Amino acid sequence: MLRKYQARIYVTLRPSVLDPAGTAVQSGLQHMGYETVEQVRIGKYVELVLSAADEDKAREQVDRICDRLLANPVIENYRFDLTESVDTGVAR
Amino acid sequence: MSSITSSAPFSAEEIASVGLKPEEYEEIVRRLGRHPNQAELGMFGVMWSEHCCYKNSRPLLKQFPTTGDRILVGPGENAGVVDLGDGLRLAFKIESHNHPSAVEPFQGAATGVGGILRDIFTMGARPIALLNSLRFGSLEDAHTRQLFTGVVSGIAHYGNAVGVPTVGGEIYFDPAYSSNPLVNVMALGLMETPEIVKSGAAGVGNPVLYVGSTTGRDGMGGASFASAELSDESEQDRPAVQVGDPFLEKSLIEACLEAFKTGAVVAAQDMGAAGITCSTSEMAARGGVGIELDLDRIPVRETGMVPYEYLLSESQERMLFVAYKGREQELITIFHRWGLQAVVAGTVIAEPVVRILFQGEIAAEIPAAALAENTPLYHRDKLGEPPEFIRQACQWTSDRLPTCTPTGIETPDGFRTWNEILLTLLDTPSIASKRWVYRQYDHQVQNNTVILPGRADAAVIRLRPPSSSKGVAATVDCNSRYVYLDPYEGAKAVVAEAARNLSCVGAEPLAVTDNLNFGNPEKPIGYWQLAEACRGLADACRELGTPVTGGNVSLYNETIAPTGQPQPIYPTPVVGMVGLIPDLTRVCGQGWQAKGDLIYLLGRCLTALDRLTLGGSEYLATIHHTVAGSPPRVDFKLERLVQATCREGIRQGWVRSAHDCAEGGVVVALAEACISGGLGADVNLTPTVHKDMSWRWDCVLFGEGGAQIVVSILPELQVIWEAYLQQHLGNDWQKLGSVGNSDTSLRVFTADTQLVIDAKIKEMSNRYSKAIERRLTF
Repeated sequence: MLRKYQARIYVTLRPSVLDPAGTAVQSGLQHMGYETVEQVRIGKYVELVLSAADEDKAREQVDRICDRLLANPVIENYRFDLTESVDTGVAR
Repeated sequence: MSSITSSAPFSAEEIASVGLKPEEYEEIVRRLGRHPNQAELGMFGVMWSEHCCYKNSRPLLKQFPTTGDRILVGPGENAGVVDLGDGLRLAFKIESHNHPSAVEPFQGAATGVGGILRDIFTMGARPIALLNSLRFGSLEDAHTRQLFTGVVSGIAHYGNAVGVPTVGGEIYFDPAYSSNPLVNVMALGLMETPEIVKSGAAGVGNPVLYVGSTTGRDGMGGASFASAELSDESEQDRPAVQVGDPFLEKSLIEACLEAFKTGAVVAAQDMGAAGITCSTSEMAARGGVGIELDLDRIPVRETGMVPYEYLLSESQERMLFVAYKGREQELITIFHRWGLQAVVAGTVIAEPVVRILFQGEIAAEIPAAALAENTPLYHRDKLGEPPEFIRQACQWTSDRLPTCTPTGIETPDGFRTWNEILLTLLDTPSIASKRWVYRQYDHQVQNNTVILPGRADAAVIRLRPPSSSKGVAATVDCNSRYVYLDPYEGAKAVVAEAARNLSCVGAEPLAVTDNLNFGNPEKPIGYWQLAEACRGLADACRELGTPVTGGNVSLYNETIAPTGQPQPIYPTPVVGMVGLIPDLTRVCGQGWQAKGDLIYLLGRCLTALDRLTLGGSEYLATIHHTVAGSPPRVDFKLERLVQATCREGIRQGWVRSAHDCAEGGVVVALAEACISGGLGADVNLTPTVHKDMSWRWDCVLFGEGGAQIVVSILPELQVIWEAYLQQHLGNDWQKLGSVGNSDTSLRVFTADTQLVIDAKIKEMSNRYSKAIERRLTF
């Protein structure tokens, strides 16, 4: 019996990697008067739902998905939370 | 301040981990009179890598001709500079980013573009064009497709955003490059400052400025990484990839050019491979002085960095300047206005050492020359004769192929007509249109691109200000299959082809920048290939009057196959060549211009079949799955004559289209002229030979020989044109036919009007333009 899991995935740049977009946002904020902003790093947030036999299997799958597609491990790190989703019966 | 005390010796593993050999470590200890510390060991590791000090190739590079009337700056500076007359000076250089691109194709290729642009504007030149020479494995392989698409979008990302047009290049696909792609980028720039900015530091007491972006831990030790063989573990080397910012680079271009114009700059050097280590030691060594640099003043984007990390970081978009004392603030103001970092981080000192300060201590102190000039050199013995696999491959002759008929030939995939073979060749990604690639590049930004990509044999750029009618042409070339089969002859053919491509647009070849992509030079075959190819390049550059102004060496291009066997790439000495167009109103594309125009073949014509060969040809590789035989031999006298004749024909306005016969021979050249011009052609290719001389149809149609150009002219000019050809080329030309009698087809006849090939333009065009795209869609 497969269960449904929801994964909330955070992909962020590795600390050593230059973040041109983040730098631009930081400078934008400073120009707007938010001079206390010291650093901005921009990443992305992904939600996905998948079915798996148990939580370990689900974790394993999400990990591979992140490594192979959602994140670029050369320059990005990722982490995710996994929760078993309750089927509301609304989805068709 | 305390001086450095000798630390304990390093272990063999630690020495190997920075890419040094045990005997090199002993040499370091001898020169310093003590053991190096961690930071110093790292500095030696990167500076004594092939990438930075050419320890294997330098003795070979010495044989290149490097001087000439037009050469203003030869090898040794950031880029070569040639004189175009009228006060116009062109800086140009090629550089590889092979290993970073293998690990992270997008950022690897993108920072390759950024790096070569910095070499150009460091000299005081405004970048005006980019070209690239790329090699990948077969597109049937999924990993290759990922590398290929990643590299192309990386180049597009950086080049388009920084505002420099990518105007030309070449791409080959061959399993020899499967997991070791080659990414060579060439940049051209026009000098904007009255003086060419050099890199030698001078003036004891002058301040040393750090400008541009911040320093982080990215790209740690990229240079020694670039000189190590790739293996599966390279996937674990992932952090060694830098991320660039093209918008910051654009600001850096403007800020640097503005700074140079103040006259407050003594010298400048970009931070490429080996970052701060390389720029300080090279500037000091070239100027015969020393530099003291305080790491605490370097702007960083991370906390807790140690000297080793500062010194080896390859963060992008950074430069080092030496300013005249008292004028540093002028420069800092300019850089700040462009939103860039600029700090005084050090001083020029008399003692010829690189001294690095960190938190009030001396973190490293090394004689500058030991890092940059007086570096190890390996003179290796070259194999006395070609290795066994080459001797065997060269024994191949076309007698081993099945007999030809006027309709076709038996191949490993069954009987194929000449028509089918032509279509297959046009569908080969290495020959096919590269439109899928160049349509991603902004090739018109700056509004100086005279001929668009895919329309001619070389790129043509207008020079601004447009007060003169002069233009510049550029090309990158290398048929590495030829070089693999015969490194000496193959390398000569590379230079000849580059010059021929320039001549086909009407440009006078001026000078060369070379990118030597080879396997491991410590192996006898690798060194033999490198040595023979260098000899070939040197001879050809001398013969064709195109001195070498610098370049780049990328060795150890080998991957470890799953079987554990190292597999070297094809030896690939890419030649970037620039040429001068005296009059931009007289340039030439490759496509037919009008119906009725007459088609001629200049050079090795079909009456001289002994000069054409199937050895190393695309036909042999693609249709018969064989890489063997002797590649064509360059005949420099004929090559010079053919090229000069073509250039003069263009200058006189006689020649309306010109296209070099390269991979796929004369028929593929004709087909490309048809596709480009959207017009058909009727040609007669029967060789007029003695009855007793044997010849083969495939050699006539698809044989390769060098020194061949297909041109078309107005029919009214036939008499003067033929008289001109007779006078300059003797018998080395042939009238082939005419354009457009059949609107829709390329038709190849025999003398008795038998049809050998009848290919619809629509079908050829379809195969040719979709070959790459089709392989990328699932």
